[in-house]
Amino acid sequence: MKKSNLWLGVFAALAILLAVAQAKVLINAAGATFPYPIYGKWFEEFTKVDPDAQINYQSIGSGGGIRQFTENTVDFGASDMPMTDEQIGKVKNKPLHFPSVLGGLVPTYNIPGVTQELKFTPAALAGIYLGKIKKWNDPELTNANPGAKLPANEILVVHRSDGSGTTFVWTDYLAKVSPEWKSKVGVNSSVSWPVGLGGKGNEGVSGIVKQTPNSIGYVELIYALQNKMAYGMVRNSSGTYLKADLDSVTQAAAATATTMPADFRVSITNPSGKNAYPISSFTWLLIPSKIDDPAKKKAIVTFLHWMLTDGQKFAGSLGYAPLPKEVVAKEEKQIALIK
Amino acid sequence: MATSATVSAPRSGGRSFVQRLRSGDEIARLITLAFATSILLVTVALVYELWVTSALPRQKFGLSFLTSSSWDPVSGQFGALPFIYGTVITSAIALFIAVPIGVGAAIFLAELAPARISSAFTFFIELLAAVPSVIYGLLAIFTLVPLMRDYVEPFLRKTLGFLPIFSGNIYGYGYLTAGVILAVMTLPFIISISREALLEVPTEQREAALALGATRWESTWQAVVPWARLGIFGSIFLALARALGETMAVTMVIGNDPTIHASLFAPGYAIAPIIANEFTEATGDLYLQSLVGLALVLFFLTVVINALARLLIIATTRRGSAHP
Repeated sequence: MKKSNLWLGVFAALAILLAVAQAKVLINAAGATFPYPIYGKWFEEFTKVDPDAQINYQSIGSGGGIRQFTENTVDFGASDMPMTDEQIGKVKNKPLHFPSVLGGLVPTYNIPGVTQELKFTPAALAGIYLGKIKKWNDPELTNANPGAKLPANEILVVHRSDGSGTTFVWTDYLAKVSPEWKSKVGVNSSVSWPVGLGGKGNEGVSGIVKQTPNSIGYVELIYALQNKMAYGMVRNSSGTYLKADLDSVTQAAAATATTMPADFRVSITNPSGKNAYPISSFTWLLIPSKIDDPAKKKAIVTFLHWMLTDGQKFAGSLGYAPLPKEVVAKEEKQIALIK
Repeated sequence: MATSATVSAPRSGGRSFVQRLRSGDEIARLITLAFATSILLVTVALVYELWVTSALPRQKFGLSFLTSSSWDPVSGQFGALPFIYGTVITSAIALFIAVPIGVGAAIFLAELAPARISSAFTFFIELLAAVPSVIYGLLAIFTLVPLMRDYVEPFLRKTLGFLPIFSGNIYGYGYLTAGVILAVMTLPFIISISREALLEVPTEQREAALALGATRWESTWQAVVPWARLGIFGSIFLALARALGETMAVTMVIGNDPTIHASLFAPGYAIAPIIANEFTEATGDLYLQSLVGLALVLFFLTVVINALARLLIIATTRRGSAHP
């Protein structure tokens, strides 16, 4: 009697476990590290919307995300750079790019005796990173900052040493504002830098800048905000000096929304809007255009709808700029393309 | 395997294989043989895998992969020279600082210090070996870099500035700082293994020297240290291996600039740091395989340097001393 009760219990437990396991849709994703804090939040919150879906995200970097997507070892990928035509050519199941949130980059510097916010022209940033502007009292800098006492000291340039979507956006911006940068250095997640020291990650760059007098570096806006770092203003294409914040980054995406290609593979650096911050970028989810498993397809589609609506509300508090409504509307249409 | 079985047969006194199996000797031998072979297999598999996954840069660049100093992911040009140079230079600086200090400290702890002090010291030194390298890197950024930038490197430039290795701009980040942090990280290995080796030297060795009228130092330097030479060399190998392969701490202070500079003050790069920095975001087969190629280069560099060091030992051991 006792024994049979025990067996009954075991069977019941097994049956429940089996039922739960069958109902749960496990989705694996991998990619960019920059949006990891908000993706982690989203995938956790999403279990409240769709209790059956469980999305497991590994933040292994954009390159790794693209690679895993190409080799079909994940259900979807994520990247801070859009895939190139060559990369897409290698994938059987073509990716759809879904911008998820936006980020900006800011110049940060450490000049003894200079306390006010410096203003940077595009030519100044390109000149400094090309090694052509060597001293802080260069006319390109002093003309834009008449009040600042810029010293005659040599500028120490700091960049990211690790391959990073951040560097991709920074070099993409410099290539747009400086033909010389475009031809000499180019755009990539790692480049052959004409000058400067490399720091690993945002923390490495900001560490070197904080420690070294007369240095300049670039970090993600979210990192500067969270660590309450001082950073400079950048002149945009309409001639306005803007200090990056979430709103001016969202404006950059809104300004390009009408001219944006249908596949969202677009750089939004140096946009035309008056209030648009010039060094901004999307980060993308790479969703396969054909998902065989109907349960997974349903979960991913539900997630995308949720991410574009309710999910966007989490962006601000985590330091990411939310998508402008023009872009959300275009993305909603792209969801229908998932087969 | 067959040959080693016949070799070991006379040792076990002509008993049959089954007898030896029953007695347990053969089982023990086979099990330990399997363990030893597995290490060899892992190494072979590692080299094979690295070799196969770095075929593209070998086809495209050939030997110029080793001699080119251009590293440009945008235009697809990859050369290993600045990284090889940085790895060798930083490791050399590390050993240059760590070997005299480490061996000296070991001699003090094993021979001259009272036993209680010696064991207390040793405890702290072994603690140092357990500190994760990222902690050393952080310490280096916040304390060593300003120290080198504001005091050590200006002093060196002022006194020895006529040498090209001590001239040029000072940033605090560069080969010298990386070498110094590596010295700190490798010291515990040198001290604790050298100390063990010195303690193993039989007391008679010391007594004999003292009986011949040697002073305490003469007995230590001429009778004890040569006897422990193998162990001391072993500790230096281990330190060298750690210095060659160290990643995090070096990345954080070397400056990550893939250019060869004559000055030790200048920022440079090393093999392990560039792999750690660029592997995750490397897109494109040639780029990725070039990074794997660097891993292979580091592997062979380690083998070559170790072999050279071993030859050095053989040469010095033959020449002298009553070492067994």
